[in-house]
Amino acid sequence: MKLQEYTRSKGNFEECMKCTVCTAYCPVLQVNPLYPGPKQAGPDGERLRLKDPYFFSNTLKYCMNCKRCEVACPSGVNVADLIQAARIKYDKSKPKLRDRILASTDLMGTLTRPVAPIVNAVTGLGITKTVLDATLKIDRHRTFPKYSSPGFEIWLRSHKREQAAFPEQVAYFHGCYVNYNYPQLGKDLVKVLNALGVGVQLLDNEKCCGIAMITNGMSESARKHAVHNVAALQKAVDKGLKVVTTSSTCTFTMRDEYPHLLDVDNSAVKDSLLMATRFIYEKLEKGAKLNFKSDFHKKIAYHTPCHLEKLGWGVFSEKLLKMIPGVEFTMLDSNCCGIAGTYGFKKENYEASQAIGQALFSQIKTVNPDVVACDCETCKWQIEMSTGYTVMNPISILAQALED
Amino acid sequence: MAPNEFDVIIVGGGITGAGTQRDCAMRGLRTLLIERSDIATGATGRNHGLLHSGARYAVNDPESARECIEENMILRRIASHCIDETDGLFITLPEDDLGYQQTFVESCRAAGINAEIIDPDLARKLEPSVNPELIGAVRVPDGSVDPFRLCAANMLDAKIHGGQVRLHTEVTGFIREGDTIKGVHTHNFQTGEDADFYAQVTVIAGGIWGHGIAGLAGVNVGMYPAKGSLLIFAHRINNMVINRCRKPSNADILVPGDTVCVIGTTSTRIPFEECDNVAVTPDEVNLLVTEGAKLAPSIMSTRILRAYAGVRPLVSADNDPTGRNISRGIVCLDHEVRDGVKGLVTITGGKLMTYRLMAEMATDTVCRKLGVEKACETATTPLPGSEERSYEAVAQKIWESPSTAQKAAASRMGTRASRIRTGNRHDEALICECEEVSVGEINAAIDRMDVSSLTDLRRRTRVGMGTCQGEFCACRAAGLLAKAHGCVEKERADIADFLQERWKGNFPIGWGDTLREAEYTQWVYKHVLGL
Repeated sequence: MKLQEYTRSKGNFEECMKCTVCTAYCPVLQVNPLYPGPKQAGPDGERLRLKDPYFFSNTLKYCMNCKRCEVACPSGVNVADLIQAARIKYDKSKPKLRDRILASTDLMGTLTRPVAPIVNAVTGLGITKTVLDATLKIDRHRTFPKYSSPGFEIWLRSHKREQAAFPEQVAYFHGCYVNYNYPQLGKDLVKVLNALGVGVQLLDNEKCCGIAMITNGMSESARKHAVHNVAALQKAVDKGLKVVTTSSTCTFTMRDEYPHLLDVDNSAVKDSLLMATRFIYEKLEKGAKLNFKSDFHKKIAYHTPCHLEKLGWGVFSEKLLKMIPGVEFTMLDSNCCGIAGTYGFKKENYEASQAIGQALFSQIKTVNPDVVACDCETCKWQIEMSTGYTVMNPISILAQALED
Repeated sequence: MAPNEFDVIIVGGGITGAGTQRDCAMRGLRTLLIERSDIATGATGRNHGLLHSGARYAVNDPESARECIEENMILRRIASHCIDETDGLFITLPEDDLGYQQTFVESCRAAGINAEIIDPDLARKLEPSVNPELIGAVRVPDGSVDPFRLCAANMLDAKIHGGQVRLHTEVTGFIREGDTIKGVHTHNFQTGEDADFYAQVTVIAGGIWGHGIAGLAGVNVGMYPAKGSLLIFAHRINNMVINRCRKPSNADILVPGDTVCVIGTTSTRIPFEECDNVAVTPDEVNLLVTEGAKLAPSIMSTRILRAYAGVRPLVSADNDPTGRNISRGIVCLDHEVRDGVKGLVTITGGKLMTYRLMAEMATDTVCRKLGVEKACETATTPLPGSEERSYEAVAQKIWESPSTAQKAAASRMGTRASRIRTGNRHDEALICECEEVSVGEINAAIDRMDVSSLTDLRRRTRVGMGTCQGEFCACRAAGLLAKAHGCVEKERADIADFLQERWKGNFPIGWGDTLREAEYTQWVYKHVLGL
């Protein structure tokens, strides 16, 4: 008879060979000695926590959830999932007001949009930053992303008819950032997809993917969002649509974190949800053509966001950018920028956040590109703040390079 | 009295010997304990680590059952840092006779065991790993006990009360004058020295080896060696003990102990010659996994860490070839009365659970012979480390905000964790990452607990007992030992012995992740460190 044909455990924690590669690759551990490191906090700690939740340590909050440990692991252990799942399960402390505010990207967007210019002016003031720093412990060095009015959803609705006219259709999960802060990225995507003969439509009422809630101790709210979004994605999939995105973290969250951390089954929609870069690349592979400007010249340094690296999809952005005539392309070394969503906004993490990003920042300065390309909005804020270089989503660069 | 003279010599450093030494020492006797290997190397360290409620014996052996539940309640009070109050379930599966449940519960109650029939749904909720097909469940006050820790704590308390301990020292013969045993001849394996020790009474507490030791004094104690094999899983599947509610049989107890869980056992009669070198066979592994999966199906897909076997020190009573029906009852023999040999006592039979009672009986016998009239206090005086009820309380008292390693240390050492040096990065660095054992904790063990090798250290600290089985901790701990003992060369050999001993437990279940890990360990030590 066959005994134990395979072994399995939650997050594959038993597959851990204790090789410690994850620890060597952890960006946090390099700068913060208070953090036990991914192996200790993940598979090692899990054995103790299974004995008694008392062994849970609140130092697990220092994990940025960048997933670089999982990329490094040769044994397929979901190290960061184990850490985040432990935080969800065992950390009974209530999220602070600051964390609630940072996590509620959706709500903040909705509240501020009608008065966007005022909010932008106020959050940009030195005095506001000082007050936020002192009261909420949001680091004074950080600049809140500007809010935009009207939002992307309103803009796309006003172009509904012309989009519907395209023979091929995709649905677009734009995420909070495109809707509330930077609708231009959404417009750029529409331009590129239209150039490929593809019309863009909204999902039936998307919500924030919930990643900031997961990492800020609001997993119940995140679960509600996940259930809602999976249903919204399902409606699109039922219509035979692919769903594209321009944010690597939203994509990663909906594909991997929903089932792994929130126990929300997304198996029926997962394969239809993909980064727009992948969708576009696959179309071009099949023979579709884009018409690029002949006089486009740009020196581009590409930074792969951690979550895109985990998805293994950085290659699509890289190939698309390299495809543009006149692009001088540099692939930046694999490093974390240090922001990790809302992590770097917190005063207690600011120094670690900047120290983590240092290698990336100095490489960018050495390369001295015209623009840094990156598929993640929070990496963009971090790199722009820390280097002064402009960061653009590859989709926006594509749109710029296209003949009008 | 000369330095080699004692009131009582105890032969055997298992739990019975350690408990007897503690009891004798607490009654004011000058004691010497002699053990040919390390503490808890026989049956003491080679069982389930089950804190029996007695329920398992209730139907067939009510006397053992009563002893178990009484000692169970005592150990909760005196050995809190060695036990885990998990409670246990006796489950009835569709293939079992549900009618047995009633007999079982009545027998438990008659023995004073609080056995409560609960709804199968409640059982599934209380213990999610349990076989969901169960049709009946009884909740009993089972738990788990760390035998190494319990043994070490007893020995430590004996030392606190003036006792002396000689490990790695074998009794080679008795010093006999006429019909009186006056002492023992010994040989120390580590120093090579031969020495004689004298005492008015010698107590043989050698488990299955007691048969041979008694033979040296010319008396025959009919022992009955029955091998039991067990498997350790790499993490806790269950947080309550799971038993089958039926006549005791093979592989029907799954015990959560510390960070792992253990399934067992088998029972096979073996010849005395094999007692020193028992091995787990493939058939036993098959049996343990397939039968164990009936208790908790996830056993089928959970990584197995080790296989090990122990020899039950049963006292022959009949010709039952399986050994299951032999009473686990305690046998205390005064050889003066039984065999006309003065100054010699054997304490045997019994089980880990009843060690304290066995020690009390042996010590009563010794005291009677010596005319000492001090009452036994071991049932009420906590062992060193067990002065607090919980490790949470211990950790909170010592450290303002304890780290996971400090919490783990408190769970292993109890109140003695306050002796661990902390507050600097060196002492707080981890030696064993799987079990979270720090430099400070290792050094505390080396300082106070007779550690001569990595294997000794493992029994006292859990170093090397985790998933990596010594892969990362062996070389680090060896560094500390080399420093403490001032000898590097000896430690090189020690590492090899330690890893060989780890591999011995991996070998019978050498597949999947355990094999990968062992292979990796070999790369590290052979190819990287050049051992």
